[in-house]
Amino acid sequence: MNKKLNPTSKIYLALVVLFLYLPIFMLIVLSFNGTNSTSVIHGFSFKWYVELFRDEATINALTNTLVLAVTSSIAATVIGTLAAVGIFKMKKGFTKTSIMTVTNIPMMNPEIVTGVSMMLLFVFIGSILGAKGVLGFWTLFIAHVTFSLPYVILNVMPKLKQTDPNLAQAAQDLGCTPVKAFLKVVMPSILPGVMAGLVMAFTLSFDDFIISYFVSGPKFQTLPIRIFSMTKKRVTPDMYALSTIMFIVILVLLVLVNVLQSRGDVKKAKKGGAGK
Amino acid sequence: MKKNTLTQRLCAAPHVVWSAIFIVVPLIMVIYYAFTDKSGAFTLENISRLSDYTSTFLRSLWFGIVATIICLIIAYPLSYILSKMKLRAQSTMVMLVMIPMWMNFLLRTYAWMTLLEDSGVINNILSKIGIGPFHMINTSGAVILGMVYNFLPYMILPIYSVMTKLDNSLVEAAQDLGANKFHVIRDVIFPSTLSGVVSGVTMVFVPSVSTFYISQKLGGGSFALIGDIIEMQFQVSNNFNFGAALSFVLMILILICMAVMNKFGDTEEAGGVVA
Repeated sequence: MNKKLNPTSKIYLALVVLFLYLPIFMLIVLSFNGTNSTSVIHGFSFKWYVELFRDEATINALTNTLVLAVTSSIAATVIGTLAAVGIFKMKKGFTKTSIMTVTNIPMMNPEIVTGVSMMLLFVFIGSILGAKGVLGFWTLFIAHVTFSLPYVILNVMPKLKQTDPNLAQAAQDLGCTPVKAFLKVVMPSILPGVMAGLVMAFTLSFDDFIISYFVSGPKFQTLPIRIFSMTKKRVTPDMYALSTIMFIVILVLLVLVNVLQSRGDVKKAKKGGAGK
Repeated sequence: MKKNTLTQRLCAAPHVVWSAIFIVVPLIMVIYYAFTDKSGAFTLENISRLSDYTSTFLRSLWFGIVATIICLIIAYPLSYILSKMKLRAQSTMVMLVMIPMWMNFLLRTYAWMTLLEDSGVINNILSKIGIGPFHMINTSGAVILGMVYNFLPYMILPIYSVMTKLDNSLVEAAQDLGANKFHVIRDVIFPSTLSGVVSGVTMVFVPSVSTFYISQKLGGGSFALIGDIIEMQFQVSNNFNFGAALSFVLMILILICMAVMNKFGDTEEAGGVVA
């Protein structure tokens, strides 16, 4: 494990990282560009950052995206966690397998097909009800909950398997109501899975373009859709400024999580060492 | 006790209802639209019109296969190297692989466009050293590059995660028994990491075959893929019925590809040394 890497491996790693970061590096450099050219660098300025916060449509799209990501990820986490509990209790058989298969469809199907199929449903219902312009926040919300559900269930299920079923039983024998037993005993042990599912649902929703593209209307624009309509013409560098900000936020969050985790590991290791 | 598990099973009810309405019914809608015309009467015209797009289907499949193979060739040795690194370095590298996935995919693709342009950054740098210019944008190579770039992390992560679980004593045992490097890789390492390869391949192949943005931006419209045609039916020409027929066939194609992949994965694993 602690073998030194040979130089060829090092060069190889460096090349792949370079490949992955080349366009991102480009975006960051161009966001500080003095002119609005996308290939010539001319001076250093923050003007695109100022411009970004003046651009109402973009800020509006950003708030829409956040609202949608928060609400849909919470809804998906609640429905998904309950579903994981229910499916876990089911006996192996046709019902369980078919529920799991259907749940996983949005994960397996190409995103464009998921998007198109939901659009057809919404348009069909709209035409029955005689309503025009059904596509908006609620259709986006439904679509985002639907494609997040399998990821929540996938994150909660393994935690349920690790939980001792006798604990909940014991709590009930000692006088807890089933709901209380669930909240006090089962919930704490599956919480890491639930949180992981929530975070995943949030990022999936925040970043989704393909499915949103088909189920959104002109009334409610999300950030990826706004970016798409801008890249149809020429992108102004304030988009680069936005992606730079997002990049830095993600970087800081990930580094924080990593540092906290490794601290936790060190503590655990110390405790383990003391135990020995 | 019995009542208890029943209520617990009922917890799944909202999810079951939800997925019935928003997963199963939409798929039925796709089939319904594919076999009807604008007035709602049954027709096979949409399906028969599909043959006009055979070359597009073939191109999508071909691009998807090439992109998947390139991803596999890059990711496999990379994951192996990663799994041999110190733990701290491993988690940093995994983070480095994951961060680009959180950047907006449209902007990343757009950035490649500005990099590859005839007067773009790469050609500018090359001309300073006296090479080029090369025509890179609006070629099939550029489209495949966009696919590889966007979906490479989906290949690296699952392969890496099975690589870390690889039992080193198996490799040592094979070496002790006289296997050379090539045989160790072919008979020990590859079979035991096959499950990661299978999930990596599906995670790259499915979005590559069905993409539409990458081909528009980096292919300049001259390499329309099946996703482009579907997108056009729904967003431009408003021909939902034909769009549904295209989506239906795309879905079936991908289902077949995945069934083949999974079958391949299963039999190999069952026959392999490590389950």
